[in-house]
Amino acid sequence: MKTKQIAIISGKGGTGKTTLAGSLSVLFHSHIIADCDVDASNMHLILKPQIRNTIQYKAGHKAEISESKCIGCGKCQEVCRYDAIHKKENGKYAVDSFACEGCKACVLVCPTNAIEFVLNHPGDYYISDTQYAPFVHAELKPGEEMSGGLVAQVRKQALKMGVDAKKEFVIIDGAPGIGCPATSSLTGTDYAILVTEPTVSGIHDMKRMIEVIEHFKIPYSVVINRYDINEDKSKQIDHFCTSEKITLIGKIPFDEKVNIANSNEYPVVEISESKASKSIKEIYQRLLEELTHI
Amino acid sequence: MSVKIAVLSGKGGTGKTTIAVNLAYVLSKKYSVQLLDADVEEPDSHLFFNFKGEIKEEKVSLMIPEVNPEKCTKCGLCGQECQFGAINVYQTGVLVFKNLCHGCGVCSLVCPENAIKEVPKELGVIRKMETDNDISYAEGILNIGEISGVKVISKLKQNYDDAQVIVIDSPPGSSCPVVETLRGMDHAIVVTEDSAFGLHDMETVIRILEEMGITYSIIINKYREDSKQDKHTQVFNEKYADFIVLKIPLDKDIAALHSNGKLFVKDYPVLADQMMNIVSTIIVQKETL
Repeated sequence: MKTKQIAIISGKGGTGKTTLAGSLSVLFHSHIIADCDVDASNMHLILKPQIRNTIQYKAGHKAEISESKCIGCGKCQEVCRYDAIHKKENGKYAVDSFACEGCKACVLVCPTNAIEFVLNHPGDYYISDTQYAPFVHAELKPGEEMSGGLVAQVRKQALKMGVDAKKEFVIIDGAPGIGCPATSSLTGTDYAILVTEPTVSGIHDMKRMIEVIEHFKIPYSVVINRYDINEDKSKQIDHFCTSEKITLIGKIPFDEKVNIANSNEYPVVEISESKASKSIKEIYQRLLEELTHI
Repeated sequence: MSVKIAVLSGKGGTGKTTIAVNLAYVLSKKYSVQLLDADVEEPDSHLFFNFKGEIKEEKVSLMIPEVNPEKCTKCGLCGQECQFGAINVYQTGVLVFKNLCHGCGVCSLVCPENAIKEVPKELGVIRKMETDNDISYAEGILNIGEISGVKVISKLKQNYDDAQVIVIDSPPGSSCPVVETLRGMDHAIVVTEDSAFGLHDMETVIRILEEMGITYSIIINKYREDSKQDKHTQVFNEKYADFIVLKIPLDKDIAALHSNGKLFVKDYPVLADQMMNIVSTIIVQKETL
């Protein structure tokens, strides 16, 4: 049996990825949960993890100029393409570590070996227990790059745990956008659920995300969250999916219980009488059916 | 001198774009305004305006290596020094992985044979136009399949004009694209939402703002009267009361207007006045510095 990876993604932020992923984490039976939105991670707030293991994520480098060795020649600034090196008032140079991409050009040209190339520690990741399933999550330090690399690390860890424990699924809460953390959340997964909302922005961003998913040739379906805040736009999404032969796997209504659940920090599906949780359970049933075909 | 204000959030979907576009519109009644959309992975600000005149486009590209096989001796130095695994030397030749390349130029810098030439690869585009209410507008669009928008953002920011106020709609999250957007800003408006998620991600971006020395104000969007007892509300009140400049209620009509691509401030004059006051205060503070 292969452990299947299912990514919940969105393009636009705030459409309800984490709400859906959090609830699916409750409904699935044989799975590992992974939060890949490493620079705005929220799953841990509703899953209440007990951290078992913290692992330092070290990757990439940053340049650091030793003031005593710097002769102020400026060669480092000339080769830096990231505008990361500045002259100080005393005529010596310094690196803006936020802007430094760790390419090493400055280190290579410095005539006095004044620049150290220091291994970077952009964040940590955690292996945790929750009442629902084992959970892998991470925290990127604010302003860091390498978020795609940290996402890849979280996924690798979650998949390994899934395979070792013979779990059927890894449920991935993806990162928004179409850039490196988003694509790292998606590449090589077995199925994707694209969460959108009935707004001009939701539709615009969904279409960009679909191009990315189709580029990776991953089977997927669409969920419209809060579909009833604009029924016309929801119909527009529905028609778009029909004409493009995309599965619309479910529609979740606007439900104040979602706000209450998020505020009180638990998955909304725990409130059994809520409208949103009923729709999410239906989505789960249809999803299981879809997953038998992949 | 322009006052540059970034609108950011950490968490996606809190209403960054909502605030940025409505703010730009409100300010245009009193000031000359430029609006830049730096959310280059998913730029949406243009959906809220009509445009007049022509669209000026400028391509954004990255300089990536092209190896001349006749000069290359396959010494392997380029591959050894590339920090991103973007160039690899095999017995049969040199392979460049275009998507991993950061365009840093280290490979051509170290090549002893001068065998590497740098050629442009298109990453995205900057589009400049003017709205029918005289806001000058520019947006960066990252091409599908590209992984980093940082270069597109820095190119976008070379398009400042002489407007009195420049409003920048930032990307979500708290990693490198956000830092690139924030460089050189005079002030940041952090848009959060009335939830534990909103608070958590807001605190992450505030750590960046504090480290970069950028002053900030907070707008709580989708504010709910019934959240008063919630844990996150207590944190907002205890730690951030001095920074909160506006609360916009969770309102179905505002959401409906926005979902149809309409500017809600046109129907909410009180909120419009409050937004104008927030920025006027920021401008006065900047001038007295």
